[in-house]
Amino acid sequence: MSISRRKFLGWLGAAGMGTAMGSSADAASNKHFTGYPGSMGVLHDINRCVGCRSCEAACNKVNELQSPDQVFTDLSVLDKKRRTTSDAYTVVNRYDPATGTGREKEEPVFRKIQCNHCLEPACASACFVRAFTKTKEGAVTYDASVCVGCRYCMIACPFNIPAYEYDEAFTPRVMKCTMCHPRIMKGQIPGCVESCPKEALTFGKRDDLIKIANERIQKYPDSYVDHIYGEHEMGGTNWLYISDVPFERAGMREDLGITPAPQLTSGALAGVPIVVGLWPVLLTGIYAMSKRKEKIAQEEEAQAVAQAVAGTEAEAEKKLSAALAKAAKDKETVVKKEVKKALEEAAKAKEES
Amino acid sequence: MSQEAAVAGKAPFTPDRSLFTRFNVIAGIIVIIGLVITILRFSGGLATVTNLDDNYPWGIWIGFDLMAGVALAAGGFVTSAAVYVFGMKRYHSAVRPAILTGFLGYALVVVALHYDVGRPWRLPYPFIMQQGTTSLLFEVAACVALYLTVLFVEFSSAPLEWLGLKKARNIVVRLTILLTIFGVVLSTLHQSSLGALFLIAPSKLHPLWYSGYLPVFFFISSIIAGLSMVIFESTLSHRYFAHKMDETHLREKEGVALGFGKAASLVLAGYFAIKVIGISVDNNWHLLGTCYGAWFLVELLGFVALPCFLYAVGVRDKNLTLIKWTSGLTVFGVALNRLNVCLIAFNWHLPSDEKYFPHWMEIGISVFVVTLGIIVFRFIVTRMPILYEHPDYKDGH
Amino acid sequence: MDVFYTLQDFMTYTKGVTYLLMAAILLGMAGFWCFLTDRDEDE
Repeated sequence: MSISRRKFLGWLGAAGMGTAMGSSADAASNKHFTGYPGSMGVLHDINRCVGCRSCEAACNKVNELQSPDQVFTDLSVLDKKRRTTSDAYTVVNRYDPATGTGREKEEPVFRKIQCNHCLEPACASACFVRAFTKTKEGAVTYDASVCVGCRYCMIACPFNIPAYEYDEAFTPRVMKCTMCHPRIMKGQIPGCVESCPKEALTFGKRDDLIKIANERIQKYPDSYVDHIYGEHEMGGTNWLYISDVPFERAGMREDLGITPAPQLTSGALAGVPIVVGLWPVLLTGIYAMSKRKEKIAQEEEAQAVAQAVAGTEAEAEKKLSAALAKAAKDKETVVKKEVKKALEEAAKAKEES
Repeated sequence: MSQEAAVAGKAPFTPDRSLFTRFNVIAGIIVIIGLVITILRFSGGLATVTNLDDNYPWGIWIGFDLMAGVALAAGGFVTSAAVYVFGMKRYHSAVRPAILTGFLGYALVVVALHYDVGRPWRLPYPFIMQQGTTSLLFEVAACVALYLTVLFVEFSSAPLEWLGLKKARNIVVRLTILLTIFGVVLSTLHQSSLGALFLIAPSKLHPLWYSGYLPVFFFISSIIAGLSMVIFESTLSHRYFAHKMDETHLREKEGVALGFGKAASLVLAGYFAIKVIGISVDNNWHLLGTCYGAWFLVELLGFVALPCFLYAVGVRDKNLTLIKWTSGLTVFGVALNRLNVCLIAFNWHLPSDEKYFPHWMEIGISVFVVTLGIIVFRFIVTRMPILYEHPDYKDGH
Repeated sequence: MDVFYTLQDFMTYTKGVTYLLMAAILLGMAGFWCFLTDRDEDE
């Protein structure tokens, strides 16, 4: 039973490990990071978007992406919900009012989807070759020259943004919006922002954009939901949204929380070196104990065997000496008898002569 | 295998009539199909042979071949720990088969990985180019690479004996305890980290499967999978390779099944308990009444609680048949759990017309990879001292 | 590296150091165990 006790201790260690990992073995729990100061961003005003898809066309041109089957002026594509693809860094979706709610007369809502350039990008946290970088300009960029194509970034992104060139045999890349980082470095603004006819996109410093957004909300309180999407979601993003309708209505998830992605895995990562530090000690200890137990068991067995052997030997010897004594006694009796007989015969012979 | 089938399939000019056994023919067909799909995959890209898309970047090559494969190969560290660290000498004959299964399992995981990643020739990049140290996948990659090396060295004693390289073999055997401990450390790390991979996507994994305890769940269930795979593999080996087993192996077999079955029952009980705790900690009881909740209960009751109970009954009654069938049930259950976390409970928000189902060619490669494993297993087991002790090395390892 | 602006940068650095430490710990442990058990009597 002590064997299962030992095993139980081992599992207890693992379970205790897990509890530690589950709570706050978070190395950065008391640290606060505010991001690169003065980083740029884009404010998307959903209220102003009319779904003209000019931004899509501009993005396609600026990034020299493949021309789609349907031209950008074709608004029938809005009948279906789309997501970003390996040929489209950005898409605009139309969100119709839900049927059966009595709100069918409401106007449809249009929203532009693209990489949100998170302050703490999940893709950068997930990538095992550091192919993603959060630049100080605010853009999250991708380095195709080191990418192995594991696609963990696509699993990690809470906004489902990165797309993959599955039909490329030899040079498949992850494809996503770059916030036109090369253009920003040259002092220009992103292609989509430049092309928007309704000023639904504003490029500027993130801090300024938050101020502008708050001002706009305060100025037209009946036209805006009092929330800047991206201010805190997933730890904050550089692409911000304000809207006249609840964000859920515009197809945006409101249940993502404010925990930045790297913090989601920091607990598990923190457990790794503890296992490395303590498991060898634990296991060597168990090994030493089991070896000791084995040695003691061997010694006890040897002792028991020796004792048993000594016991049987002593008993055998006792039997032998008893038999020898008896044999000697018997012999003595016989000899006495013979001597007596001889003496009697000698006396008889003497009498007769 | 069956001689009649072999004779029936014999071509007139074949000198070795036993080559076309039923197994060989089927395996051969699978291998040929696999090779064709391989060419398609690498000449045409992933889109040619998979149903992967931007919403489902990981399919069955990750969900099954990698995740389930690594869990099922855990018998190596579990058995060697039991025998060498915990000193349970009566399971000694199970070590080499378990190490072999483990080694082949991990090797095949690496093979499957070459199919899945976009640029497999860049697989060494995280080690030689840039280290994504914040990534749990980096940790998985490092640990799997190191552990595959450990398994290879542990396994190498058998081919070294086969080749008669006494000196090298003795060095390897002297390293046993060190390799075993290192193996347990590495296994703990990567088995748990495979679960931890999903910690980064709480919005995508159904809350009944998403938990801060994912790493613990994966580690504990890997022990369960390892124990059960040893029993399962032993059952199959006994059926097809009994003629290769020596007296010790045959004698200890029952003890292995009873002992490992007992351990598996105990660990399954613990796993069940912590799974329930996981629900409680996140207050997800109400979710059990949903559709996904029902599926979660199928996994928890049918493939955790049930095998726990069946193993216990089997051990108490010394019912080896029950234990053997339960090991199969358990192995299936752990594989099911990996598929649930990776594919079925993943993206649970998505409408059903956007959900993923593997392309037949993806299944083809998975079957191909497993078949390769069986072929290599058979080659090794019929020639090298795995199921028996080499007469020259009876000193005991 | 003077200051870290993002948690991501902070963790990249600290985890990097940690991995190197882990390798050192494993090698060190093995060596230390040899030192500890060197003079154990042979049975």
